[in-house]
Amino acid sequence: MTIGLSHFLFVSAVLFSLGLLAVISKKNAVTVLMGVELILNAANINFVAFAKYIDTDLDGQVMALFVIVTAAAAAAVALAIVLNLYERLRTINIDSADSLAH
Amino acid sequence: MITNAILILLLPFLAFTIQIFVGKRLPRQGDWLSTGAMIAAFLLAVPIFVDAIVNYQPDYIIAQQTYDWINFGDIQVTFGLLVDNLTAFMLIVVTLISSLVHLYSIGYMHGDSRYSRYFAYLSLFSFSMLGLILVDNFFGVYVFWELVGVSSYLLIGFWFEKDSAADAGKKAFITNRIGDVGMFAGIMILFATLGTFNFNEVFTGIANGELSGTMLTVAGILLFMGAIGKSAQFPLHVWLPDAMEGPTPVSALIHAATMVAAGVYMVGRAYVLFTPEALLFIAYIGVITAFMAATIAIVQKDIKRVLAYSTISQLGFMMVGLGTGGYTAGLFHLTTHAFFKALLFLGSGSVIHAVHSQEMDDMGGLRKKMPITFWTFLIGTVSLSGVPPFSGFWSKDAILASALEFGMLNPSHLGIYVVTLLSAGITAFYMLRLVYMTFAGEPRDKEKYSHAHESPMTMTIPLSVLAVLSVGTIWWGWVEHLLAKPDLASYAGTVLPVPHSGGHDVAHSAHIIAMISSVIVASSGILLATTVYYWKKISAETWGRRLRPIYNLLWNKYYFDEFYQATFVNGTLWKARLLAVFDSKIIDGVVNGAAKLTVGLSRLNGAFDMRGVDGLVNGVATVIAWSGARLRLVQTGNIQNYILMALFAVIAIIVIQQF
Repeated sequence: MTIGLSHFLFVSAVLFSLGLLAVISKKNAVTVLMGVELILNAANINFVAFAKYIDTDLDGQVMALFVIVTAAAAAAVALAIVLNLYERLRTINIDSADSLAH
Repeated sequence: MITNAILILLLPFLAFTIQIFVGKRLPRQGDWLSTGAMIAAFLLAVPIFVDAIVNYQPDYIIAQQTYDWINFGDIQVTFGLLVDNLTAFMLIVVTLISSLVHLYSIGYMHGDSRYSRYFAYLSLFSFSMLGLILVDNFFGVYVFWELVGVSSYLLIGFWFEKDSAADAGKKAFITNRIGDVGMFAGIMILFATLGTFNFNEVFTGIANGELSGTMLTVAGILLFMGAIGKSAQFPLHVWLPDAMEGPTPVSALIHAATMVAAGVYMVGRAYVLFTPEALLFIAYIGVITAFMAATIAIVQKDIKRVLAYSTISQLGFMMVGLGTGGYTAGLFHLTTHAFFKALLFLGSGSVIHAVHSQEMDDMGGLRKKMPITFWTFLIGTVSLSGVPPFSGFWSKDAILASALEFGMLNPSHLGIYVVTLLSAGITAFYMLRLVYMTFAGEPRDKEKYSHAHESPMTMTIPLSVLAVLSVGTIWWGWVEHLLAKPDLASYAGTVLPVPHSGGHDVAHSAHIIAMISSVIVASSGILLATTVYYWKKISAETWGRRLRPIYNLLWNKYYFDEFYQATFVNGTLWKARLLAVFDSKIIDGVVNGAAKLTVGLSRLNGAFDMRGVDGLVNGVATVIAWSGARLRLVQTGNIQNYILMALFAVIAIIVIQQF
């Protein structure tokens, strides 16, 4: 059995769903960030897979590297936010951060 | 002379002004002020009269002064005084009689609660009449004409506590106003066509033919309507007998010098503008009045009422005189009548003062108690009856001659003469009846008789003066001199032949026939009255019963008052009621309906505002509030919810795209 595009896309979809599930259901802010990383990586798999099978230049791989860098920066910013959150609320449970509703 | 004229006019007015404001505080309540002003006016009138006699010319203007009054655009109204022969003559008559009435009133009105007010009104009355005869234009005549009306209203209703007096005042005023409307229309015709009110300019305009024919006749008859009202001619005579409710000296003034004379004076003054048709109308109105009033006077029991009807009748005579071309005769009768009628009224006032009653049934036998009153009254009576050589004989004879002459030249109008002659006989009859019932025979009311006494000097002196003046031969020369008839042919033209154009012979023979016939009817009237009321050979009661319908007709004054009551008064009231109903039901209904409709519409509008507009606004607010409340539930602030919702939205978009 050869590994085709659909296999990659399937793995990517599973990864995306797991990430999304983590983002939606987890209460811990750090876990939510981890879910975000999963989603980003699902996208990366897609970029690379499409680049390999459909458009044979290296645009996809470049984009994936770009995303990894951006994700690292985003994680840094996000962790800083989480720290601030903790400073204010003494918890990192994101259910507590509902002041937009009030 | 113009100074005299102005002073004559201003003195009574000054007296009136002072009297009306401070009269009560003056010594003797100011009676000397009004009386003095009037006597001074008389003394000022004497030089004018003498001047008119000495420098006599037919068109002599003694004094004239004209002032500008109203100037706007092309219309110029002047106001001025004019003293000519007619004015000079009228001035002496009015001031003399007015002075005597003032003097007499001092005694008669003694102790009245509004003594000073009475003299103020008397001065106003005299002022109005003097103004009427002094002004030089029709507009001024109209102004003073109305002033005379107002003063008469004030004086007739002087004892306004009595309803009858108040009613009589109103009746006199309103009846006069009816005539005045016509007069005003007449003056306006003159002004509209000739553009001036001034006598001379109007007469010149008519002589130049600027106004002629039917229009001129209409103008003349309309002017005469004023005289019908003021001089109590048929059919507006009804106010004069009721005017007896005023104080007796006022009656004397009204009947002799001021009010009723105004109409005759006005006809005399405007004589040249009457066309022959208008003059004929005047003559017929005069003869109807003369006969009607004379017959009513036969049966009346109130001493003043008899005299009132006699005045109406005599005014009819004057109009006959003027209407048949006897200008001099008519105005002469005005003069003589002024004196003897003032005498008769003041005499009757003296009698009323003595017995405190106006009913002749309460009198009788007063000759012995009141000799001066009796003798002067008798002179007045024979003068009015037309016995020579008293004044009434001369003037009435002149009128009869004029009527006969007119009848001889126009045989179809001979009836005027016949009826006038008959009226003259009736006059003699009812006047002698009055004298017999009042002064002769046995007293009918013993108690009143025992209290009767001769009146004080202030009352008897005017009586004596007037009695002397009633001996008419002293007047005739002056009158014929001063009041020469204007040449009619050069003015309104002649269609029917008028006397003097028919030749001297007719005039001469008419005069002789008139004189003889007038003596015959006067003496037969006197004889009949003596037979009935002195010798009592014929019973008045029996004949009254035998001629019951005629007696009733006369006693009720031909039912004029009833007729007017039934037609005009009730008609007006009925119309007023109809209009009141119309007003209250229809007009008010419409107004109220409109109001109700507006209120209803406002309510609806209000409801619409409250429910509709407000409801909409509130509804929008409620909906928004409600939906906001619902929607805010979505905004949980929980980031995971938002993400979930975004996920659902993406899924939804994808699902929708699939279809």
